Amino acid sequence: MNLIRRRAATTGKTTTLIGLILSWLLLTGCSEQPWNSPYPATEQQQNILYQSFEERPKHLDPARSYSSVEWTFIEQIYEAPLQYHFLKRPYELISRTATSVPVPQYIDAEGNPLPHEVDPSKVAFSLYDIHLQPGILYQPHPAFAKNPQGEFLYHELSDAELEEIEALDDFKVTDSRPLSASDYVYQIKRLAHPSIHSPIFGLMSEYIVGLDDLGKRLHEAQEQIRTGDNPDAFLDLREFELEGVEVVSDTHYRVKIKGVYPQFQYWLAMPFFAAVPWEADRFYAQPGLVEKNIVMNWYPVGTGPYMLTVNNPNKEMILEKNPNFRGETYPEEGEAGDKAAGYLQDAGKTMPFIDRVVFKLEKETIPYWNKFLQGYYDTSGIASDSFDQAIQVGSGGEVQLTEQMQEKGIQLLTAVAPSVFYMGFNMLDPVVGGDAEQARLLRRAIAIAVDYEEYISIFLNGRGLAAQSPLPPGIFGYREGESGINPYVYDWVDGKPHRKSIEEAKALLEQAGYPSGRDAATGKPLVLNFDTTGAGPDSKAQRDWLVKQFKKLDIQLVIRATDYNRFQEKMLNGTAQLFQWGWNADYPDPENFMFLLYGPNGKVNYRGENAANYHSPEFDALFERMKNMDNGPDRQLLIDNMIELLRKDSPWLFGFNPKAFSLHHSWYKNAKPNLMSRNTLKYKRIEPVERNEKRNLWNQPVIWPIVAFVMLLIALVWPAVAGYRRHERASAHGGKS
Amino acid sequence: MKPVFLTTDILIFLLVGIVVAFALYARNKPQIRESWRDVLRSKMGMGSLVVLLAFVTVGLLDSLHFREALPASEQQIEGEQHYSVEVLSVLDVVLGEMRTNVEKTYSAPFSAYLFTKETIELPGGGQAREYPRLAFGGIHLSDPATETSSDILSRLVLALVQAVVLVLLISLLLKLWLSLRHPDDASYSYSAIWRGKTELPWHVALYTLAVILFLIAAVYNLGTAYHILGTDKIGQDVLYQAIKSIRTGLMIGTLTTLVMLPFAVMLGIMAGYFQGLVDDVIQYIYTTFSSIPGILLIAAAVLMVDVYIANNPDAFETSVERADIKLLFLCIILGVASWMGLCRMLRGESFKLRELDYVQAAQAFGVSNRLIMTRHILPNVMHIVLIAVVLDFSGLVLAEAVLSYIGVGVDPSMNSWGNMINRARLEMARDPMVWWSLLGAFIFMFALVLAANLFSDAVRDAFDPRLRKRT
Amino acid sequence: MWAYIIRRILYAFPILLGVNLITFVLFFIVNSPDDMARMQLGMKRVTPEAIESWKQERGYDKPLVYNAEASGSDALTQTIFFEKSAKLFVFDFGSSDSGRDIGADIKQRMFPSLALAVPTLIIGMLVYITFSGILAFFRGTYLDLSGVVLCVILMSISGLFYIIGGQYLVGKILHLVPISGYDSGWSALKFVALPVIIGVVGSIGGSSRFYRTIFLEEMNRDYVRTARAKGVAENLVMLRHVLRNSMIPILTNVVTALPLLFMGSLVMESFFGIPGLGSYTIEAIQNQDFAIVRSMVFLGSALYILGLIMTDISYTLADPRVRLS
Repeated sequence: MNLIRRRAATTGKTTTLIGLILSWLLLTGCSEQPWNSPYPATEQQQNILYQSFEERPKHLDPARSYSSVEWTFIEQIYEAPLQYHFLKRPYELISRTATSVPVPQYIDAEGNPLPHEVDPSKVAFSLYDIHLQPGILYQPHPAFAKNPQGEFLYHELSDAELEEIEALDDFKVTDSRPLSASDYVYQIKRLAHPSIHSPIFGLMSEYIVGLDDLGKRLHEAQEQIRTGDNPDAFLDLREFELEGVEVVSDTHYRVKIKGVYPQFQYWLAMPFFAAVPWEADRFYAQPGLVEKNIVMNWYPVGTGPYMLTVNNPNKEMILEKNPNFRGETYPEEGEAGDKAAGYLQDAGKTMPFIDRVVFKLEKETIPYWNKFLQGYYDTSGIASDSFDQAIQVGSGGEVQLTEQMQEKGIQLLTAVAPSVFYMGFNMLDPVVGGDAEQARLLRRAIAIAVDYEEYISIFLNGRGLAAQSPLPPGIFGYREGESGINPYVYDWVDGKPHRKSIEEAKALLEQAGYPSGRDAATGKPLVLNFDTTGAGPDSKAQRDWLVKQFKKLDIQLVIRATDYNRFQEKMLNGTAQLFQWGWNADYPDPENFMFLLYGPNGKVNYRGENAANYHSPEFDALFERMKNMDNGPDRQLLIDNMIELLRKDSPWLFGFNPKAFSLHHSWYKNAKPNLMSRNTLKYKRIEPVERNEKRNLWNQPVIWPIVAFVMLLIALVWPAVAGYRRHERASAHGGKS
Repeated sequence: MKPVFLTTDILIFLLVGIVVAFALYARNKPQIRESWRDVLRSKMGMGSLVVLLAFVTVGLLDSLHFREALPASEQQIEGEQHYSVEVLSVLDVVLGEMRTNVEKTYSAPFSAYLFTKETIELPGGGQAREYPRLAFGGIHLSDPATETSSDILSRLVLALVQAVVLVLLISLLLKLWLSLRHPDDASYSYSAIWRGKTELPWHVALYTLAVILFLIAAVYNLGTAYHILGTDKIGQDVLYQAIKSIRTGLMIGTLTTLVMLPFAVMLGIMAGYFQGLVDDVIQYIYTTFSSIPGILLIAAAVLMVDVYIANNPDAFETSVERADIKLLFLCIILGVASWMGLCRMLRGESFKLRELDYVQAAQAFGVSNRLIMTRHILPNVMHIVLIAVVLDFSGLVLAEAVLSYIGVGVDPSMNSWGNMINRARLEMARDPMVWWSLLGAFIFMFALVLAANLFSDAVRDAFDPRLRKRT
Repeated sequence: MWAYIIRRILYAFPILLGVNLITFVLFFIVNSPDDMARMQLGMKRVTPEAIESWKQERGYDKPLVYNAEASGSDALTQTIFFEKSAKLFVFDFGSSDSGRDIGADIKQRMFPSLALAVPTLIIGMLVYITFSGILAFFRGTYLDLSGVVLCVILMSISGLFYIIGGQYLVGKILHLVPISGYDSGWSALKFVALPVIIGVVGSIGGSSRFYRTIFLEEMNRDYVRTARAKGVAENLVMLRHVLRNSMIPILTNVVTALPLLFMGSLVMESFFGIPGLGSYTIEAIQNQDFAIVRSMVFLGSALYILGLIMTDISYTLADPRVRLS
């Protein structure tokens, strides 16, 4: 009896448990949403785009953000006066809040205007006049809210008021105001703010008249406040004059640049030069809000198509349509082929199309990729290891999707990114560096031996282009075809670049004084050190591969891996020998790549970005001439000469330009990749109904293995229980008799 | 050739020395000897010990490092010899071509083809996308599709024959040795050994050995002709990596203990014996350490080594030496993060022991504290130490994998199962899936940890007085 | 007893101070404030001036532990160590190096950690006790033997395999639950289901074996033998005596771990994208955010000490003969 009761109890427990699980499964099943959907059932029909972010953005302050993760968000919110055309290639600047792209007016030291074609050395200043479109409004925000007397409601929050505030939503009143030219000027002053630490302050103070001086004055003012009675007082930038920037009218401001700096236009398309309302700065500067993480750095205020409503970097960030957005329209023309690709379907329609964009934190690539395949993310980059699953490389090297992907209606887009991953020699190193012919030959021998084609095929699955110069395709100065190859490393065979044979490299090495990798004078083996960072799962394979490349020349390569900080330190001290680094373009101009090799940018001596510490007076002179020129044959000639110098000296193995492959589902429209700007969310459109159908189709749950497992478990335990009962019964009988 | 003595090599041989010395010492202590015989009397104990010894042998072979001499060059100064920066071990020599047979990229186990398609120039002109033949795996076959299975089978049969012959030979030697040791005992006949009629289950050892020898022979016959467990991303043999990882696993499992033991034993006994202020201080130390989350300690220490290596680049001639010092530090810090448990147990035990009559008597006779602790207390807590050490071993081997995943494990350039699993995570997302790295790491790790767990069970049964009382 | 508890709490202070000093030393041996500034300021175009001003703003421009320039007690208080540690003792964690308030983050991330850890603990306990109870009940039979062998086999598999395998099977092939992610409220259920199951299965081997030993030890005690000899049915003996008495060592064991549930599971949380304190800690280590690391170590240590005190108390509650002094 006891036994039966006990058994009933346990089986009862298991059945309730199974029942519970089943009823929960049914419950979630009832909402007609797949069980494995990571989103609330109410969202499934809505016009919501799902994206992910891998790392939480550190700063959302436009004066401070300088990474693609951060710009993905703030470019939708803050508006710079200019932007890149969404469809046209090569990349073309067009107006955003400005009425047109400004053309600089050159003046001499006395302020007399100069013609546009004047010799740059005669120009003392360039004036950029920016005219804004009228009637642009900010997003609704408490910082703008005023009481009937016209005083700001929330700029002097009392402790009692603060107590009710936990998030930005807790402010009951919000308001807006029209965009003013002074907001742009205000932001330029913010670049000099001592506690914002704008990364481009150093660079810009070389160009914007008076910015350097403003920085010093602000620093003093800040010190005064800090040591004064009220250390938390607001440092009001409006009280400070900036010589080189002038508000002409509400819709017109003027920037005065030292000398000629054509690249300044590109900067005007970056968030550093976006409009920031002073009210927001004033509002967020209140100490009570800082303690609650309600700060400028986390809650942007802009005029753009979207506004950030949820900012929980531990989980998700949500962008919602800005109700006050001025109603920009989708471009009506693009480059050839855009019409056929369907990129002009929405021409002339008012943007943005998507109501809400949900960014989910997704740190691991595998769950991310699987969720994309299940339809829960609308787009995906491809991790190198998922590549074979998605893509086949055709016999001519062209890429296409695998059948599995095609069946799902997934589409593929490729574009060469404006970045370069190079391997640099430290030119200050006595062995590999320097201007000696020996060292130069050694570098060129290595350039032949390190087979980047193989690297690209193994580690990037072909998603890259072996670089022939520092310039990636799509940047002015890049040459295609035979004239573009690096003749020191490649031969032109059958219409394709062909890496020179290892024998040639060995011959070079012998000329360099290291026959078969041994020092000709002492017989010592040539040992080189390679400094690298990162300890990702793939790093061992990459390091081993590199050792293999050097072994082809009998050079012994020692890998010295450290963390990024230590690596940076080594680069600053110039103790590295070989290293690998990359550069992602700020703007599509050759200057932005060539300056990486400009002598006065040397890392060790000048703390610049020239990590190879390459210093060639000839190159530097050419660079100084090239950087301020307009694109044209003259500039091309200079660039050709510079590249020839680089190829001869070989301070870098030019490495490769990565290709961005991105996949998206069939319901995601206007997906054309634009690698220069990230303010592209407003152009995108989705078809939620189609998405919902496919998600349901792809995510049918499979239950039978669970049932089978439970049956198996019962089958295993049953004989024991039965055996025990027999035994019990027998002994009970025995006891009675 | 120039021998290279890595720090961990020296320590591991030191450890072997300690074990041997202890064995010699224990020969004359009937109590310890009897407990060890108990371990061997259990079939599980005997079987797992053989497996463990096989692993240890591989690990020790892999701990004899050297650098190959470079061929003399013309310019070389007379009498001066230069060496390769590549550090090899005796195991590499034994494995021979498994190390050097490197393909271009992934290939499946026993496959003669690469795992990914490549553009191949056809003889008649034109190109095709095909799976190219491997440079080494299955190169002796003219038509892999039809010949592979029969070729593998014949090689396996050969391996079986070799293994059987070897085992028979070994069993003969064993019989000879046993009858020499027990000249009067007729029960040590050949058939008695095989049927398990002897006091110790020698037949279990022989059967286990047979399986191990068969596997070794199979690797020997197949390893150079095929990639038994396929190749990884840059074409290196996965089986080779898994075998090389054995040393790392053993190092983590044993050196950590070696580092931790002196602290735990000394402090534990001192705290329990002296009590009072000494006890308070020691308790303070171990409570403080045990309340720090271990992972943070480990992460900080690993970063510290990185800094040290970065600041002293000239102290290490080769990448292997770099990785080695990192491994050593990992062991040390794992030891620092795990000595508290044992220390607390020993404190409690010596607390009890000091109240015993003979210890009290020794104190009354004015025997020095040091002597009492080493003569009377230490031998009586050794069984606790032993059980703790054996139990910790498998946990440490498993911990290595998790640490490598978090990014604070052994150097990424070092072969280890943790690194293999970490890399395999990416491979799992491929389709068709690359499963063999994960499988390789799984099999080897599972075998070692299972053997260690079984052995630790046997040791605990034999040494734990509580358990012994009960049975 | 109250005097004892108060003494233990006072005793916690020097321990926490020691913990703080150790983390501080370990961290600053490897990370100079310059490194931290570079880490926070980003990768492109970082000037030495920006680094200086970052350090000044965050208070990292002072000496580490001893200020030679200041006089008197200021020599010890005008230092990074003092300024960054003192506030911890009132659980004011300050703001992280990236500028977010740590206290607010911890509060927010605590619940996901608990949502994962508490069910894992409870379901785990139920499963292990049931399983080991069955093994002990059927001791000596084939069920027991194969169960023990299964335990050893399960123990010998690295936890990572359970996670990788489980995610692959349930998330990708069976489509039963989302692969990763988290949501608040009841919808969290479908996100934590898989990690909880994997967490339970992953430690079934070790735990069940341990509980089985406890059960067996209890079953061999004299009073159990007496009860059995009196003819009480085996299953009653099991339920009434063995289970109840075995719960004492099991529960006191669990009590130590209870407060640490807040800290979350490092590996589980980062594999399954659960925004708890475990993944918070890993991220902080990887981003070298000293302020967070220090706060988490402090919190972890405080919770550990709390666990020890709770264990002592639970001993007295479980066994009135034990007196705390």
